[in-house]
Amino acid sequence: MKITIRGVRGSIPTSSPEFKYYGGNTSCCEVVEDGYRLLLDGGSGICNATTDQQMGNKRIDILLTHLHLDHIQGLGFFKPLFEPDIEVHIWGPDSSTQSLHSRLSRYFSPPLFPVHIRELPCKIILHEIENSVFKIGPFTINSRYVIHPGPTVGFRVAGRQSVFTYIPDHEPALSLNGLPTDRKWISGIDLAADTDLLLHDAQYNLEEYKKKIGWGHSSMDDAVLFASMAGAKRLLLSHHDPSHTDVQLNEMLAELKARKNYTFTYEMAVENMQINLP
Amino acid sequence: MPAYEIEIILNRQLADCLSIPVFITDRIGTLIYYNEPAEKILGRRYEDTGEMPSNVWATIFKPMDELGNTLLPDELPLVKTLQNCNPHHKTFWIESLQGKVEKISVTSYPILGRSSKFLGAVALFWESLDE
Repeated sequence: MKITIRGVRGSIPTSSPEFKYYGGNTSCCEVVEDGYRLLLDGGSGICNATTDQQMGNKRIDILLTHLHLDHIQGLGFFKPLFEPDIEVHIWGPDSSTQSLHSRLSRYFSPPLFPVHIRELPCKIILHEIENSVFKIGPFTINSRYVIHPGPTVGFRVAGRQSVFTYIPDHEPALSLNGLPTDRKWISGIDLAADTDLLLHDAQYNLEEYKKKIGWGHSSMDDAVLFASMAGAKRLLLSHHDPSHTDVQLNEMLAELKARKNYTFTYEMAVENMQINLP
Repeated sequence: MPAYEIEIILNRQLADCLSIPVFITDRIGTLIYYNEPAEKILGRRYEDTGEMPSNVWATIFKPMDELGNTLLPDELPLVKTLQNCNPHHKTFWIESLQGKVEKISVTSYPILGRSSKFLGAVALFWESLDE
């Protein structure tokens, strides 16, 4: 399983030399195995994903954790959506009030975007998911709702031998006392249980998080604690705050590592980094 | 054991922040969480008991009407919510294991998740304000 991180930034893309190392594109991750490809989220990073000509197939699967703008804003600029011979499957969380088509159409319509979803040349097939299990090629995917404002899921992607867990927007510590000690009461823990690689929300440092409790994101401390409790073998901290420069992210990670010693590897997600799992 | 659905988890987080007793059950009535104010009513600590099946926790306090007659389980809001997935409210008296009788009001509501699935029920106990 080959994983390529295409976007690591939360909230809004950034662009300046100060953000050059970690990258400024919003959430997207590409997962490839046996010629099948999944695109997890459609933030601005999706525009850097491998082209279909390179992949050699006519089907694309885009799995959306939720429909906040930083997770869909790249869709309108993703070239395969404008190619008539491409079949695009978009998987997104179910809502009790509006269909996935209706919610995506709010972005794919004027005045936000000039092209209606029905006018896209590709063939679009929408799939509404909840606490679901589904298969795409060699992948078995578990989706589960997680704590974040609005319908939001995380994904557990199992390939032939390895498991990758993707929860870029998540606040499992939302409570009076932080992350619960009993696993049964931790949002998203089943998705990350014993996973080979976990990409998790870590938008804030501890001080920032105290001022943003309930915003739906995690502190770096909570992200590593969550990974530890889940038994993850490796952790990528992601959804970097758009105000955090490369220098600040390096300092935050160094400060965290000085305080937190875990047996598993944890590091910051970097745009275009590639990870190969067996 | 798998984690609870987030609708259940979020109800617990809310219960932890409230000063009124809150009881949370799963869909079959197992008491899966009660907060600190509820511990005073039960006379037990969640940390000590953990989850309790309905045939255990239902015997801890004795519900009565204004004449002191024992109420049947089917007359209690939480039981009714578990049976029909609707909210219910009732004022009655309870006698704890310590023999203390208190007038209370109970509001119960179903936890219906995003997919409209019934996931469990919540009971809020209020000090009765009725005359």
